[in-house]
Amino acid sequence: MSIVFMRLNNKLSLIGILLFVSSLHATSYGQDLMDMLDKETEKQSKPDYVTATFKTTRLINGHSVENVAKGVLDFRISHRFGFLSDGAYELFGLDQASMRMGFDYGLTKRWMIGVGRSTYQKQFDGFTKYKLLSQVSGGMPITVSAAAGIMYKSLKFDTPDRENFLTSKMYYSAQLLIGRKFSESLSLQLMPTLIHYNLATGINDPNDVFSVGAGGRMKLNKRVSLNAEYYYQIPGHQISGTTNSLALGFDIETGGHVFQLNVTNSTGMTERSFISETTGNFFKGDIRFGFTISRVFTIVTPRH
Amino acid sequence: MKQVLVSVLLYAISVSSFAQPVFMTRNGKISFFSKTPIENIEATNNEVTSLLDIEKGELVFAVLVKSFRFDKALMEEHFNENYLESTKYPKATFNGKILNLSKVNFKVSGTYEIEVGGDLTIHGVKQYQTATGTIIVSPDKLEASSKFVIKLSDHKIEIPALVAEKISKTVEINVNCIYAPK
Repeated sequence: MSIVFMRLNNKLSLIGILLFVSSLHATSYGQDLMDMLDKETEKQSKPDYVTATFKTTRLINGHSVENVAKGVLDFRISHRFGFLSDGAYELFGLDQASMRMGFDYGLTKRWMIGVGRSTYQKQFDGFTKYKLLSQVSGGMPITVSAAAGIMYKSLKFDTPDRENFLTSKMYYSAQLLIGRKFSESLSLQLMPTLIHYNLATGINDPNDVFSVGAGGRMKLNKRVSLNAEYYYQIPGHQISGTTNSLALGFDIETGGHVFQLNVTNSTGMTERSFISETTGNFFKGDIRFGFTISRVFTIVTPRH
Repeated sequence: MKQVLVSVLLYAISVSSFAQPVFMTRNGKISFFSKTPIENIEATNNEVTSLLDIEKGELVFAVLVKSFRFDKALMEEHFNENYLESTKYPKATFNGKILNLSKVNFKVSGTYEIEVGGDLTIHGVKQYQTATGTIIVSPDKLEASSKFVIKLSDHKIEIPALVAEKISKTVEINVNCIYAPK
């Protein structure tokens, strides 16, 4: 500073006075402490990650971009009843129930795993889901997750006299989940999906079933949302005789539980069984009532 | 040379006499506690920004609601989504004064009891709030702490009947800030 002063010898008094005046100006104007505080908080603003795009890790049958938090165990029990179209004799499907129970766990903020067992075809399943991108308000517009699953149908082979391989009852799924929370009430999601069959279902059926899912949720109030989920199977890449899976439902949140009530034309609750093996025609009454109860337990308490 | 001296002097005077008597923290701590027979709710925020003007006794706080950390992730989500609505009201603020400023001598190290009053804005609802606390003056820093109770209904934070037994109607707030000259 003093070097500058030396060099500008002639105009120094002027500069001195200017500095004096400007420092006066700085102290007498805009001195509201609250304004200063606003400036300070703006300076340190961090990326504002969008949270709670969906209420739980499943939209209805399939995955949402949500993960369970790190160190949290999510115990999920799901039921799907019989078709409404079965009529009064079957109490509109309530006489039959198909069940899946599952345990999901958050390994990190971005990475979760889960296992489950379904009564449908005595199926075991496991999956892993990783959040690749997170939506940031005023930044990254979407959240992207990748999910991969493996399913094992433990139901006995129906052709025991033939040479059978264990791997023939194994199925794999790979999904990209692309979601965006458009507003507090509206979130939408796209799900390109590949299901692989080690053993094709029929002689003309493919080993790889391609589909694109679309879904979303509309919050009706703070604790209830209306969800929809549809998987469109790419023609020529689907198993013959199957239909596209459609599900509509409500998420109802009560403290530590989330209840998901839904109607769907699908029976199974794993990717392979509801995306590529749905047979019901939703618009002809082949609708099942179903529900899922999710209860979370904090296993590892985070350090703050 | 005389001119140089005058201008340098003038500048020095202007800087020293108008230096800000303002102290600041960016990592103040605010925690809250709600106790019911069924469940305790507790969260901590370590990223509180606060400014204190020791001449005027003015005291301001800004708190990012999203930065409160809970033990239970779901509680944190509900806190933001359902109760504080942090997307709509991202910040909680306090704009107030030390009411008994004359009793605090910021030039002498020691512990002073203070009374603070001002506008507390939480969930977008402003409410006049008073609190007592202490301020510890030491040569290079000020340490302020306070504990007070707020009513959720004062800030229009609604508790649905279903969870009314789990959430207390009043919440105890703890503030702890170490200020350095700004």
